[in-house]
Amino acid sequence: MSPTTPAATPDLLYSEEEEALRAAVRALLADRADPATVLAAVESGRPHDPDLWRALTAGIGAAGLLVPEKLGGQGAGPREAAVVLEELGRAVAPAPYLTSAVLAVTALLGCDTGRPEVAGPLAALAEGRTVCALAVPLPTAPGGTGPATVRADAAGALTGRITSVADAAGAGLLLVPADGPDGPALYAVQAAADGVRSEPVTPLDLTRPLAHVVLDGAAGRPLARGEQARVAVERALRTGAGLLASEQLGLAEWCLTETVRYTRERTQFGRPIGSFQALKHRMAALWLDVASARAAARNAADALAGDTPDAPVAVALAQAYCAPVAVRAAEECIQLHGGIGMTWEHPAHLFLKRAKSDELALGTPGRHRAALAGLVDLAAP
Amino acid sequence: MTDAADLRRRTADLLAAHPPTRRPRPPLAEGPAGPHLWSGTDRLDFLGARFDAGLAWVHFPEGLGGLDAPRSLQAVVDAELAAAGAPDNDPGRIGIGLGMAAPTILRYGTEEQKKRFLRPLWTGEEVWCQLFSEPGAGSDLAALATRAVRDEDGDWIVDGQKVWTSSAHLARWAILVARTDPAVPKHRGLTYFVCDMTDPGVEVRPLRQITGEAEFNEVFLTGVRIPDAHRLGDVGDGWQVARTTLMNERVAIGGVRTPREGGMIGVAAAAWRDRPELRTHDLHQRLLTLWVEAEVARLTGERLRQQLSMGQPGPEGSGMKLAFARLAQQISGWDVEFRGEDGLTYDDWTLRRPDGVDFIGREAGYRYLRAKGNSIEGGTSEVLLNIVAERVLGLPPEPRTDKDVAWKDLPR
Ligand SMILES: Cc1cc2nc3c(=O)[nH]c(=O)nc-3n(C[C@H](O)[C@H](O)[C@H](O)COP(=O)(O)OP(=O)(O)OC[C@H]3O[C@@H](n4cnc5c(N)ncnc54)[C@H](O)[C@@H]3O)c2cc1C
Repeated sequence: MSPTTPAATPDLLYSEEEEALRAAVRALLADRADPATVLAAVESGRPHDPDLWRALTAGIGAAGLLVPEKLGGQGAGPREAAVVLEELGRAVAPAPYLTSAVLAVTALLGCDTGRPEVAGPLAALAEGRTVCALAVPLPTAPGGTGPATVRADAAGALTGRITSVADAAGAGLLLVPADGPDGPALYAVQAAADGVRSEPVTPLDLTRPLAHVVLDGAAGRPLARGEQARVAVERALRTGAGLLASEQLGLAEWCLTETVRYTRERTQFGRPIGSFQALKHRMAALWLDVASARAAARNAADALAGDTPDAPVAVALAQAYCAPVAVRAAEECIQLHGGIGMTWEHPAHLFLKRAKSDELALGTPGRHRAALAGLVDLAAP
Repeated sequence: MTDAADLRRRTADLLAAHPPTRRPRPPLAEGPAGPHLWSGTDRLDFLGARFDAGLAWVHFPEGLGGLDAPRSLQAVVDAELAAAGAPDNDPGRIGIGLGMAAPTILRYGTEEQKKRFLRPLWTGEEVWCQLFSEPGAGSDLAALATRAVRDEDGDWIVDGQKVWTSSAHLARWAILVARTDPAVPKHRGLTYFVCDMTDPGVEVRPLRQITGEAEFNEVFLTGVRIPDAHRLGDVGDGWQVARTTLMNERVAIGGVRTPREGGMIGVAAAAWRDRPELRTHDLHQRLLTLWVEAEVARLTGERLRQQLSMGQPGPEGSGMKLAFARLAQQISGWDVEFRGEDGLTYDDWTLRRPDGVDFIGREAGYRYLRAKGNSIEGGTSEVLLNIVAERVLGLPPEPRTDKDVAWKDLPR
């Protein structure tokens, strides 16, 4: 089989269970994360809304979807987590789902889950008792981890700095890739421990806090070493990038729906502005982009769920496609709302900020296209 | 109820009773082209037997090429037959018959019409064309001026000119919309007919297009007599019937499953792999972007197909043609540019009247030129965007000045 041929036909639809999960998450978000609430929350300075997180994790069990049942989770998988992310994207909800329930959980699952120092945090995460961040810069693409910026000594004391870690501020536990005495390793560090400092930065995306993490002889417990550590982080990044496409899809969908609703109601020149062809063509084109993004995002979620050999292609494809669609949808949303779209109280800006920073998160579209070039045998000159 | 297992059994029975002829090998190929390669059922006989077995389009009624089975199960039959090397009915050549005439006849035809037309349409013995567009009526199809007037016998006498008629030079039959009442608003005075292209008064003239060949034609209709028995639907109901035809034009997409790099992007990617000396960074960036879009479009089509087979047709169908047209144009444009000096040449400007469109077999220049038609034929991209905006997104319609005016009073 040529490297460009996927082995099986992906299942691109949603199952009944997935739709039921979506309905539950959507109802919860309608209740607790309507645009006004989200705006108020980001202005409060709290890293995320703990009530919302509790309802999402303890109530719906969403944080444990990727965790096997015997480790305290729901034993579902990436397809289900993708549906949750779609809804969270649609609400630009300030919840550390992508970072904690996807990136950190996947990294932990790549370690030896028989050991209590891995199983313990996994169970706590699955139940939503703690929030955990994988301490890598948010723009890190799969396959793109450079040398670790943190060193560990033989006693497990960690020193170094990791920039722009998403949701580090609200996390209780940090998973830190570091260069140890025997090569690369992944360590667990309590965020409240001595020698751990997080320096919050003002993020472009108000709904996803960023911080630089500074470690100065902080105590770390090794979770995995060498190749296992590298693969665990790589897998987390790939899963994160693949599922981020679903967040982008949900975000784009909100922007389109809201723009259509608004332009049907807003009247100028004696008719609804949505009846002007210059506008309706733009919305129709966006609709096609969103419909296509759905196919790309579902394909990535399905490939990750099946752990197929095509997963790297599916993930790179989804990121290369969905990230620009989300940005375009948010930009069109602002433009077609006119002046009101430019105001602070209209939620459109929250979506634009999330969309634009999502474009950088876990690899830019250009990086993912470059990855594809290698994967599908289209070598650069 | 017909299920997949039942269809597999029926397909096996068909193959057993009518083993298809294998194509003879080309003379220069190795190995003996033994006479056994010629044995078996003749191509047309096989296709006829397949129709009679209800395996032509399984969702059609029994006796009319189908089994009243779910549409999604057609894929089961097609896969089995392809695996057995059975001949197909050359859907590229008879696309208008299959995609547009057949579903319209099925919905609006009398029993007699269905019996007469569907079988030879499906086997390809009779090619169909579509006499809709006119010099003055393209996107605004309902403005058409071709007249049909009833004579004393109840037959219809048709006069007018049609244009851009693909395959008219091959066609035995045409679907035709004509004006039967100029005194009412334009959408209400139309009637739908089946026109015999061999009748006196039908004149087909090749219309050369930008590729050099004449894939489509001008058709002049002068005193053409169409029996009332060849009317589809009620008098004055032609617009309703035409909408069925146009809708089916777009649904047709859902059924086909293509592999990755199966379409035009495959040709471009192969060129990239074969000609390292022509690669530049800029072309590389653009190729990757196009590859991503082509693969996502393929997946979107696949998702639509899966929705159809679950019986939940999504609105994606109306958008697929838009995506296809844009991609075909961008990829073919990239392809000409990539080929450098070769891109400056063209394979053949001879005026020919081809059987169909050859997007893969011919050169980059042909593909580039022919793809320009993808955003015009079967509804322009602008008109399709209107349809998506109004029918899928529910945006308000354009204000109109022509709706309640009698056709004869409209400015022309
Ligand atoms: C290769 C090819 C094969 C064809 N085969 C057939 C065939 O077999 N049978 C047949 O009947 N016809 C056929 N056609 C004709 C085709 O359906 C028409 O060309 C098409 O519907 C457009 O009509 P028109 O050419 O009159 O353009 P016009 O309708 O005059 O359009 C000109 C331009 O104006 C734009 N425009 C028109 N109305 C609007 C609007 N409301 N909003 C925004 N923009 C608008 C169009 O998008 C286009 O860009 C074929 C065409 C091609 C190119």
